Amino acid sequence: MHKLLTENPGEKMILLGNEAIARGAIEAGVAFATTYPGTPSSELSLNLFQMSQESDLYFEYGTNEKVALEVASGAANSGLRTMCMMKHVGLNVAADPLMTLAYVGVTGGFVILTADDPFMFSSQNEQDNRYYGKLSGLPILEPSSVEEAKEMVPYAFDLSEKLKEPVLLRTTTRINHSTGVVTLGEIRPRVTKGDFKKDPFNYVTVPAVSRKLHVRLLENIEKATEISQKSEYNFIKGDGAWGIVCNGVSYSYVADAVKELNIEDKAKILRIGFSCPMPETLIKDFLKGCEKVLIVEEGEPYMEEAIKAFGQEEGLTLPINGKGKELLSRLYEFDPAMIRQCVATYFGVPYTRPVLPDISDVPEMPQRPPNLCAGCSHRATYYAVKKAAEEEGVETIYPTDIGCYTLGFLPPLSMADYVICMGSSVSSSCGFSKATDKKVISFIGDSTFFHSGMTGLASAVFNNHNFTLVILDNSITAMTGHQPNPGVDMENFNLSGYGRISIEEVVKALGVGHITVIRPYKLKKSIDAIKEAINYKGVSVIISQEMCTLYAKSLKKLKIRSFTVSDKCKNHRDCLNEIACPAFFLEDERVKIDPVTCVGCAVCAQICPENAILPLKNKE
Amino acid sequence: MDTKRLIIVAVGGQGNLLASRVLSEAALLTDIPVRMSEIHGMAQRGGVVESAIVFGDAESNIISDGEADVLVGFEPLETLRALNKVNSKSVVITNLSPLPPFTVSIGRGVYPDLENLQGLIRAKTSKLIAYDGIALAKEAGNVLALNIVLVGSLIQTGILPVTAENVKEIIKTKTKKAFVDTNLKAFDLGFSAAAGA
Repeated sequence: MHKLLTENPGEKMILLGNEAIARGAIEAGVAFATTYPGTPSSELSLNLFQMSQESDLYFEYGTNEKVALEVASGAANSGLRTMCMMKHVGLNVAADPLMTLAYVGVTGGFVILTADDPFMFSSQNEQDNRYYGKLSGLPILEPSSVEEAKEMVPYAFDLSEKLKEPVLLRTTTRINHSTGVVTLGEIRPRVTKGDFKKDPFNYVTVPAVSRKLHVRLLENIEKATEISQKSEYNFIKGDGAWGIVCNGVSYSYVADAVKELNIEDKAKILRIGFSCPMPETLIKDFLKGCEKVLIVEEGEPYMEEAIKAFGQEEGLTLPINGKGKELLSRLYEFDPAMIRQCVATYFGVPYTRPVLPDISDVPEMPQRPPNLCAGCSHRATYYAVKKAAEEEGVETIYPTDIGCYTLGFLPPLSMADYVICMGSSVSSSCGFSKATDKKVISFIGDSTFFHSGMTGLASAVFNNHNFTLVILDNSITAMTGHQPNPGVDMENFNLSGYGRISIEEVVKALGVGHITVIRPYKLKKSIDAIKEAINYKGVSVIISQEMCTLYAKSLKKLKIRSFTVSDKCKNHRDCLNEIACPAFFLEDERVKIDPVTCVGCAVCAQICPENAILPLKNKE
Repeated sequence: MDTKRLIIVAVGGQGNLLASRVLSEAALLTDIPVRMSEIHGMAQRGGVVESAIVFGDAESNIISDGEADVLVGFEPLETLRALNKVNSKSVVITNLSPLPPFTVSIGRGVYPDLENLQGLIRAKTSKLIAYDGIALAKEAGNVLALNIVLVGSLIQTGILPVTAENVKEIIKTKTKKAFVDTNLKAFDLGFSAAAGA
């Protein structure tokens, strides 16, 4: 049995934040869950996916976040307890349904998880999704620890049912990817069948209906403010004339700082866990009891703006500060020492930060950036495209997309020039090819193609653009940990009852005039096919098919035949300088291949001008 | 209860997360508060994995520069790279068997000299325990037991409020059955290596 389905209230378990949230959802009786995977939220949906295979929980991977949210909204409006989860930028994709679902509301509890990523450990921006609460009028809950994250989920479901609105649960990477001790609670029985009651004058958002619904949304915000004011998740700790308002993981740094600086009798902390709508009266009363207030929040001055406005309304003149040059940054993450220093400086507490070791004499260290895996088919495709473009003598622009293959931007491949968001490879190619005279060749993965590449391609064909799109089809959503997508054979997951879509058929149906399927490990054939595609006037598509090596390995479908560098090697080092597979290493100034890392893709063997790279005959 | 802060750095695939898990579970056996935070950096694709584990009474689960009581490095270059996390009172434990990054293989950087590396760490901390952990893991029966070898050394230092008995208990009950004997041997070898350092 999945460990998160354990029926043993009171048992303590060490759980990852994402596991704790999944457990919270199970305890809340979640019956329907959808997602599009995205770090740092991916393990949450993965656990629900696993549990759905051994229980009556319904779970599905949607083609993108907008789809996932819309699917979930149907279940939530049939009365089921429903959860939809995504990374922060995923909510941009789902913003369209989100905004109007707030008008329509829900009949079953609906929790939407948005996982923000301050410092951008694995994201293209560090947007602060608390503003989505303000923008949509929906409540936001923010846990400060793994334990609290689990506790907040059932609360969020209850709140959603009370207000008949979706509730946003906003985490950051340091919650999702932290581990803590969690005490299991009771599991509420799942209700897996609901009903939708027709009520077009409340559900069909034509202008006349929406005008009425907006009024109701504003009333709901009033109700939510009342609840926020009394919520156990907005609490005051300690007493004193110095006030510190904080949220999320910042609370833990503040709590530690107050203790370490010995100012527990001087400072009180207002922890905001129910941050939208802000608890107005609670904050106003808190301000009145303070001489000076510091606001500690990662990201944007979301609370600071509101709190300053509350102070103004009350005619208060005490200093209220948060973001600023001498104080806290809008950039990146906070850490305990940073907050300790800031609290000490702001309130004038004597404090000398311990001396950091002088590491100026440490020699420059070689970097260890993540790299495409040994035998990764993307490396082969990139090499083939690069050679084809070189041999055709065309000047190129390489828009790329979001996935493992974005790592191709690193030297020596250097095959990425532009990326802004999921799907942007295809549509930005239209702009680049029209606005310049360069040959545009763009890259997109299979999952990203289904996510938001298809619409861009339809537009490209309709508007008669001229570029080549390379679809890197490795038969899985690899980057986030091997989740399925509509092109995946679900028998690989030992699951039946799924459909499967051929990318080639989709591209054909979208009216692309030149389509070629290549097997990227066959370099010469691939290069020839790519040359033909880039000479085509119009939209041409190359589908490069080869299963992700990590995934193939996990399915035991990889027949590994390692290669070795023979005596014929004349040390040209084309292998090392052009594809830099992580299986290569230098020993006594000669290139060697690590037989354990090599998976036998044979791409290097095809590049070697001396044909010196050969299959290892007698594998030990 | 005193707060003790531990940083573990490793390269993807070296078993850092299992080591963190074993330590956390061992702490839970005696209800020692424990919080951990991990940064994977695309671990499966050759990046660095860093875990911060805070034992005792603290709310924070990340560790600021200079504030780790002990640093455990599974790979010497990564230990050196994490030196900003420690201070002059910290203890450092490192495996000395290198895994050169591909940037070195393609000539975009030079791997540091191991003697020099140890000298630098020794000069900036209170104690360095350094040995070829891969050799000990092999002696225990599996190169993948490197993580448990280092856990053995860490427990020997007595810095953490976690006992050898509790760690062994967790190895017996929470690690894969087929590896229990190897892991127990690896733990003892690491423990002895630190005692002799």
